[in-house]
Parts: sequence; C-alpha cells; structure tokens
Amino acid sequence: MAGPGTRAGAAHAVLRGVTRIFPPADRGQAPVHALGPVDLDLARGEFFGVVGPSGCGKSTLLEILAGLSAPTEGSVTFEDTEVRGSPPDGVGVVFQEDASFPWLSVWDNVAFGLRRAGIDSAETARRVDHALGFMGLTGFARAYPAQLSGGMRQRVCIARTLVLQPRLILLDEPFGALDQQTRLLMGDELLRLWRDTGATVLLITHALDEAAMLSDRIGVMSARPGRFIDMVATGWPRDRDSTIVSDAAFGEITARLWSSLRAESLKALGAVP
Amino acid sequence: MTRAGWIRIAIVLGAIAALEVVTQAGLVSRHTIIPPTAMAAALWGLIGSGEIMPDITKTLSNVAAAFVLSAGGGFVLGLLIHAAPRLRRALDPLLATYYAVPFFVFYPLLIVIFGMSDLPIIVIGFLFGVVAMIIATLNGLDRVPRVALKVARLSRMDPVSIALLIKFPAATPYLFTGVKLAVAYSFIGVIASEFILSGAGLGFAISYAYNNFDTPRMYALMLFILVSVTAVNMVLHTIEQRMLRRRGLAR
Repeated sequence: MAGPGTRAGAAHAVLRGVTRIFPPADRGQAPVHALGPVDLDLARGEFFGVVGPSGCGKSTLLEILAGLSAPTEGSVTFEDTEVRGSPPDGVGVVFQEDASFPWLSVWDNVAFGLRRAGIDSAETARRVDHALGFMGLTGFARAYPAQLSGGMRQRVCIARTLVLQPRLILLDEPFGALDQQTRLLMGDELLRLWRDTGATVLLITHALDEAAMLSDRIGVMSARPGRFIDMVATGWPRDRDSTIVSDAAFGEITARLWSSLRAESLKALGAVP
Repeated sequence: MTRAGWIRIAIVLGAIAALEVVTQAGLVSRHTIIPPTAMAAALWGLIGSGEIMPDITKTLSNVAAAFVLSAGGGFVLGLLIHAAPRLRRALDPLLATYYAVPFFVFYPLLIVIFGMSDLPIIVIGFLFGVVAMIIATLNGLDRVPRVALKVARLSRMDPVSIALLIKFPAATPYLFTGVKLAVAYSFIGVIASEFILSGAGLGFAISYAYNNFDTPRMYALMLFILVSVTAVNMVLHTIEQRMLRRRGLAR
C-alpha cells in the first residue's frame, strides 16, 4: 500500500490509517473527527515538515506519534514496535508552549530527563554541559527560566530534549511565539542539531517559509479532519542553512505550499472557497 | 527598604508610642492596659525566670503539630480530590461553606472522644487549617501547565513522582497561600482551645492571669504570642518572596 504519504526505504516511523475522533464534550453534540485517516512513512534521518490550516489536527498527529494519546483507529509503529498511547523510548518532543520548569535552574531543567532515566551524575553532567554549549546556554546554566527571553527558554526546552539523545524529534510549532529574526536563527540551529545528531525530525509549523527552508519533505494537511493532500520534496542538500531563502527554488516551494493550502485555510476559517 | 516599608514601620512604632504616652499619662487605668515598655519588661522577667517555658513549649509544639497535619494532610487530600473530578464537584459547595461552621462547638465532643489531652487541641487546629490548604492545593493544581504534565509523561514518571516533582513545585506559589493560612489557623485553633478547656499552654496561662487580675503577666504573654506569630510570618514571607522572585512573579 502506497498512499500519498508513504515512501519506499527504511521507514523509522510508520503511520497507517491513523484516525482520531474525540468523543462529544456534552450530550447531544456530535463527536469531533479531528484527524485522518493518515498514512505516513518517516525515513530514518529525514527532516519532515507538516503544514496545515489551524485546527486541522497537526498537534493531534504529533501527540499520537509521541504516544501521548492513542489513535481511535489505525496503527503507529516506531522502530518496528507499535506505539499505543504510551511514549516509546527514543522519542523527544518540543512543544510550542514554554515547557521549562520555572522552579529549576537552566542546568537542572536540562538534567531533568537524565535524572529520571537514572543516568549517573558524571554522565549527566557531561551531557548537560555539552547540550548547553551546543545551544549557546553555557553562561546561563545557573539562571532561572524567568530571567531568560522566550527564545532562550525554548532553547532550554530543546536542550532538555537533546540530552536524552532522541532518535526521533517531534517539534510542535516550537518557534511560534518568537519573532521572525529569532525564528530564522533558531531554524539554523535546528538544522545543525539535525545534521549533528542524525535524528529523524518531524516539525509542525504554521509558517510556510519555515517549512520550505528546513524540510527535506513537506506534508500539507487539509482542514479538519486533517489528511495529507500534498507531499512536497524540497531537494535541499543536507548541508543547508537559512541563506537558501534567497534560492529561486525556495519561492517555488513556498508558492506550491500556499496554492495547496489556500482553499483549506479558507475552509478552516469557515468561508466558502 | 522601600518607602512603603519605612511608612509601615513608622505606623507600627507610632501606634506603640501613642499607647505608651496614653498609659503613662494615666488616661487609661493600669488595670485595663499597661504601657508597652511594662509589657516588654514583664515578658523579659517571665522568660528570665523560665517559669512559662513549659507553656511556651506546649503551645508551640501543639501549633507545630496542627500545622504539619493541616498543611501536609491538606496537600494530600487536595491531590486526591483533584484526581477525582466528580468527587470534587460533589465536595465543592461543602468546602466553600466550611468556614461558616464554628468548630469550637465540637470541642466538648472532642474532649469526650480524646480526653483532656493535647489531642483535641491539635485536632481543632487541624480542622481549622486543613480546608484552607485543600482549597489552595486544588487552586494550584488547576494551574499546573498541561505541557509540564506532558513532559512528565514523556519521561515516563509514575504518579507519585509526578505529584512530588512536577505538580508540587508547579503549584508552590498557590500552596504558599494555603501554608500561610494553615499557620495562622493553627495558632488560632490551638490558643483559643487552650483558653476554653486546658490546664496548660499559653492560652491557658493568659486566661489564668486574667482571672487573677495579673495584668502585667497577661499582657506579657499576649506580647509573646504577637511577637512569635509575627516572626513566623516574616520567615514565611521571606521564603515566599525569594521563590516568587526566582520565578519572576515577585510583586
């Protein structure tokens, strides 16, 4: 079976017929069909972007893939093991909201997952210091999140995910709350992280240019219930950065994303296309 | 210190000075109120002689016991109630109207059950403080960010670790409100109970001095309670401000 989201090769994570229907909040209301059915094969080491109109079930897709919620129908497989409503080992998630813990210093925030996993203190220190260095936070190890800017706090959250050495990194609009310049720079850091770790990345974003600049492949989702209506391969070299925004192909990719999305975005707004 | 802080100190010192002047000038009978300096001198004498030490120890340990039970018990009960939304909806009106009940009417009953010991006193203090702590805990848990709980699930933490390492610290600013109330209510519950029916403790000592027209001793003991409650609150306030500053929430 090869739907629009599947692709040959060594699949790292596989979604088949994934559907999510939320039960009605009140009696008398209809259940909400939020997602699917969705088929998707993520190749090992791929950078996959997801764009779609707001409310199309992008975050639901991420939560199902992360094992934070179970699909109503269909299956999710990560590294040949089925994921069903419980987070598998080797998956890291960065959320849009600030998920740093305000009661812990930056260092302790980043060390949190390692301590929970029972990693010994010498190894924890080594990995935390490395992640802080990688994210440019070394000078802020003893600071508390409240003393940092929004962009810095999001770096703390990325570092916290990074130290666990995830093989699949899921990002849910991680730069949504940041200004445009910071987002471009964070995009560069994300690319560097992806290259250095060799991890598979799934990035949800509402910014078409961000998806076009960062991804190997972009899935365009329909209005609710979200399904993939287009798959765009960017063909960027692995060694790329934000300067590709001046490449002619960048404009073509962004234009194609928008032409696929325009009607769906209007639907999501409740307008007639 | 801020200007507001200086004004606050000036108001307190001004009130004490006014009381000193009024009493020294004989405008109020010394059988009614004695000058603050005389209160301090009497307290100094009492502490120096060591004769009220057993009362102080008894009252403060009862307050401490009532506080630990109401703060700790209130947090645990709050966690359990928060985990059961239907139970919470059932309890909500009861919790909201709880403080309309004058618990002291149950004091005779508690004495029948527990006997004339420290236990009924501690139970009254506990009953006073525990619901304030439950309400503060529910309030705090409502405000634990959902994303923090998702992070906890991704770290595959068990419910006890989530309660202690995520929910507890995330709710701390709200829990502090409950802790401060639990301290105040423990003091009120314990000392008021000692007034009514007890053979020892600061409440009893004050009422004993009152009945024997020992005005200096009565005021000395009242001063001691005021000073200790103020000291405890200052310590709590300092800890709270440090925590709030760290989180960028300081006022």
